[in-house]
Amino acid sequence: MADDTQDNKTPQDTPKSTPESSVEKKVTTPTPDSAPEKPAPKAVAKPKPPAKPKAPAEPPVAPSADKLVVSSSPHFLNDESIPKIMHNVVLALVPAMAASVYYYGLRAVLLLVVCLVTCLVTEHLFLMARKRPTKIYDGSAAITGILLGLMLPPGFSIFGAILGSFFAVAVGKQLFGGLGYNIFNPALLGRAFLMATYPVMSTSWMEPRTVQAAVDAVSAATPLALLKFEGEFSPVLNMFTGNVAGSMGETSVIAILIGGLFLRYKGYINWKLPLGYLGTIAMFSGIFWLIDPSKYANPLFHLCAGGAMLGAWFMVTDMVTSPTTPKGQWIFVVCAGILAVVIRLFGGLPEGVMYSILFMNAFVPLINRHTRPKIFGTMKRNSH
Amino acid sequence: MATHNSLGHEFKKGLWADIHPFRVLLGLCPALAVTNSFVNGLAMGLAALFVMVSANVIVSVFRKLIVSEVRIPAYVVIISSLVTITDLFLAAMFPAISKALGPYIPLIIVNCMILGRVEAFAAKNPVLPTVMDSLGIGVGFTISLCIMGGLREVLGFGSIMGFQVLGSWFEPWIIMILPAGAFLVLGGLIALVNYINDKKAAKAS
Repeated sequence: MADDTQDNKTPQDTPKSTPESSVEKKVTTPTPDSAPEKPAPKAVAKPKPPAKPKAPAEPPVAPSADKLVVSSSPHFLNDESIPKIMHNVVLALVPAMAASVYYYGLRAVLLLVVCLVTCLVTEHLFLMARKRPTKIYDGSAAITGILLGLMLPPGFSIFGAILGSFFAVAVGKQLFGGLGYNIFNPALLGRAFLMATYPVMSTSWMEPRTVQAAVDAVSAATPLALLKFEGEFSPVLNMFTGNVAGSMGETSVIAILIGGLFLRYKGYINWKLPLGYLGTIAMFSGIFWLIDPSKYANPLFHLCAGGAMLGAWFMVTDMVTSPTTPKGQWIFVVCAGILAVVIRLFGGLPEGVMYSILFMNAFVPLINRHTRPKIFGTMKRNSH
Repeated sequence: MATHNSLGHEFKKGLWADIHPFRVLLGLCPALAVTNSFVNGLAMGLAALFVMVSANVIVSVFRKLIVSEVRIPAYVVIISSLVTITDLFLAAMFPAISKALGPYIPLIIVNCMILGRVEAFAAKNPVLPTVMDSLGIGVGFTISLCIMGGLREVLGFGSIMGFQVLGSWFEPWIIMILPAGAFLVLGGLIALVNYINDKKAAKAS
């Protein structure tokens, strides 16, 4: 019997030790967490109370002289703030939104509004549940909602849009810890979730209003699907303006370009990212085009088709989910571009932009770690 | 009286405190792989329950005979004989389920949950506590798989045990019957269990 009682401890050890350690944690964690939070306004009386050292969205621009706050990206050095940048990104998306409304009518308005509102509400609820100050006005959740809406087919169900938006913000962003901590681009993650959840609805497109005047909702294939499954080339000019079937905001290249160039003009995006991505797509698809022009489409087609433009200007350039070092950015965009073309040409799906960016997002921490700039003046280690 | 209490405890701990897929995170391979419907989850759970209890009892009976240097091979031989019985039984009596579960029934042989219980408990304890312990863990495992399978079936097919429970308005979430859905459901359930435990701990302290 003594043998019995002694050995019984082994399985019991696990549940026993967990409450103990959690109690210990609970005792210790409030001290660092709440200490800078509460006394800060009282005792220090800084002009701006540095709201929690953890909050990533707060500008780390000289919060106070006494400590260095290291927070996650996005980083910036000038007087820009995250809300300002995000609101300008929303502004940059206006042409694409306008194009989607022009080509798909009220349906586009409805889907965009549903995505936007769901993202904001989800963000608010999660921040409330985590007892954080609400940050839905900083625009990051709004961008997620708009981008997700732009990536949806025009005939998508409203419930599906709500589900995807919820997933994008809840799982893609808040479960990782909020803005700055997410590994994957939330909008793309939401789109990928919808792709797996509603595979049929996610890939059934319709002609824009401008193509067929009288009848509404005529189903049609995207240029990429036409090429892949029918071997049919679509005119590039139509794809440039957006007069083809496709996801609501992805089709109009010109509208996306206007927004993207506006962002570049404001200096929010690094030219390496979009141009590197598009250049890789063009060069890599160009190789195949040169080999067999009758089978493979020309690079211009690949640049204008599908989500390449929207992905290049608004998702590859996501400050949170792209590498921070110049070398790392090159690795990121070149690999993503090659992946996108490989999926388009040889994969089962007609479009590969979404998965190429999501796939490379997963490697960003690794890329960042291995492309750290060398510290000036240090010796090269032989053992390395 | 003391023995009685501890026996009840051995049984109960498998149902919540040590519920394997959600708290100890063992036995995840079958929990993720075959829970795309309620029936599959139940069948897998019952198969594992049978192997679990029998293997534990056999090991417990022979615990003084098994030489400690070769105990793992000995356990594997015992478990694999039992798994073969289960596999052949399912193939003979329920060919459809056997086909749906595929290679995951033979894979019970290397299920860390069963090997873990045998190594950690049955090898050191008399038969009676071992029975209670393995029964508790096995039942907890079966319930976990049924919950996961039920959730995934409802969301992925709109049905439960083959009966349509959600109306035609419901567009099934295909992702839930894909592997990604298994991870989503498992993650959600682990979070829920942790949340409840945290609440309990907060109330207790």
